Amino acid sequence: MKRYLKYALPIILIFAWELVAILVNNEFILPRVESVVMVLLQPFDDLFGSGSLVENAFMSIYRVVTGFLLGACVAIPLGILMGRMGWINDAVDPILQILRPIPPIAWIPLALAWFKIGFGSIVFIIFIGAFFPVLLNTIDGVKRVNKTWIEIAQIFGATDLQLLAKVIVPASLPTIWTGLRVGFGIAWMSVVAAEMLPGTTSGLGYLILYAYNFGQIQVIVAGMIVIGLIGLCIDYLLKRVETKKFHWQGMDR
Amino acid sequence: MTLTIDHVTREFVSNVGEKVTALDDINLVIGDEEFICFLGPSGCGKTTLLRIIAGLDRATSGKAVHDDHEIREPDPKMAMIFQEYSLYPWRNVLENVVFGLELRGIAKDARIRDAEQYLDLVGLEGFARSYPYELSGGMRQRVAVARALAVEPSVLLMDEPFGALDAQTRNMMQKELLRIWDKTRKSIIFVTHSVDEAVYLADRIVVFTPRPGRIKEIIPIGLPRPRDRTSSEFASIRRYVLDLIDEKENPSKI
Ligand SMILES: Nc1ncnc2c1ncn2[C@@H]1O[C@H](COP(=O)(O)OP(=O)(O)OP(=O)(O)O)[C@@H](O)[C@H]1O
Ligand SMILES: [Mg+2]
Repeated sequence: MKRYLKYALPIILIFAWELVAILVNNEFILPRVESVVMVLLQPFDDLFGSGSLVENAFMSIYRVVTGFLLGACVAIPLGILMGRMGWINDAVDPILQILRPIPPIAWIPLALAWFKIGFGSIVFIIFIGAFFPVLLNTIDGVKRVNKTWIEIAQIFGATDLQLLAKVIVPASLPTIWTGLRVGFGIAWMSVVAAEMLPGTTSGLGYLILYAYNFGQIQVIVAGMIVIGLIGLCIDYLLKRVETKKFHWQGMDR
Repeated sequence: MTLTIDHVTREFVSNVGEKVTALDDINLVIGDEEFICFLGPSGCGKTTLLRIIAGLDRATSGKAVHDDHEIREPDPKMAMIFQEYSLYPWRNVLENVVFGLELRGIAKDARIRDAEQYLDLVGLEGFARSYPYELSGGMRQRVAVARALAVEPSVLLMDEPFGALDAQTRNMMQKELLRIWDKTRKSIIFVTHSVDEAVYLADRIVVFTPRPGRIKEIIPIGLPRPRDRTSSEFASIRRYVLDLIDEKENPSKI
């Protein structure tokens, strides 16, 4: 019974939605379930000259992956340095604490000033979104590497590079991975927001905003569902790696 | 192999800025194939001395000398076994045992062959692919022993390696360790605060006094092995060592 509970609520919600939609009887406020499903069932169809759902989804994924990888490639090495070397941490930490609470969206005006409208500024916003969670988790993971694990390697005569590759990184990888998951979540939210910038001509964020101008509420809802599903799928994949690769976590004695 | 501890003193500065003398003028010479136990209550500096020997810590004054060179950094001829967190949890048993060989650039086939041989020696043939969390505490320490032996050290440093084990497993591990020692003929320095363990294992017991850590007495144990814990000789040595430790805990001076 309990196992089916998590399926029950969404089904009830869909029925409730349909019911309210029938009562409201206005496709411009709340579309019927079937009109949204129609859009979702034709993911390759061009929507009012803005490309299909799939095309725009791929555009968003392409942007998010680019920004996310750039963010991770800067954040992970910096995080390792900061976690290992107190003086670098002391030097960089104040700046970090000031920049960290600024939401990625607040960087939009600067992004436009620096990179103009287009790919560069969107990727920059995603970079900011992914950067901080990955960095903070990397620092934390590296700092908490068990001291005995490090000393074992030192006694065996490990060089600094060996220590890094064979102890520090594998030991902190689960924490870094958590940072990657959180970072990807924020990056994905940021891309959709960034794509709503004026002058953007592709991506899921663009699509749902543009659909509003055409009064295509069912496209907006369909787009939102796709956004949610893609975020869910990617998080699921990252989580699977976690349970497969880091099964040892929390069991270290 | 000779290990010489020459007037070693180690002072720490505590968080509140007080000076703590962990070791005070320690002198000791350890020879080839000797089994030495460091015995003393908590806080008397046993771990500190072991770390200085391992090259993980430096003496404030005095020096530790291995053969002819002063120990300033970890020495490839020494291996250490810790009480806790002794294995890498993300590596399986075989990968743990090859760790030291891997760092030294031994070819993969050769190091796996060596590791398997040492796994046999510690009685864990069938567990090469298991992960540390799948093993009992005693098995994990066997893996740590195999990993230490695999690099063929001349000195084995063990910091309360069986401290976390139950009495029965502990006795079994002590027996196993003597068997392995007999086969491989390393010098072993074994830290413990169990009098029974020290009397069972050691050629010589080094008894420490706490704060500041000093050597109270070095007791040679002449009993032949295997030692019988229930024998009267064993009991009388144990009694003697216990009295020695009690003495300093109830100092007679006013
Ligand atoms: N890094 C350190 N900083 C400050 N004080 C230290 C440090 N390491 C050890 N000490 C102090 O040195 C003394 C000896 O510590 P040590 O760990 O060598 O004792 P031990 O004999 O191994 O004790 P145990 O049996 O509990 O392991 C203690 O008083 C301890 O507080
Ligand atoms: Mg200790």
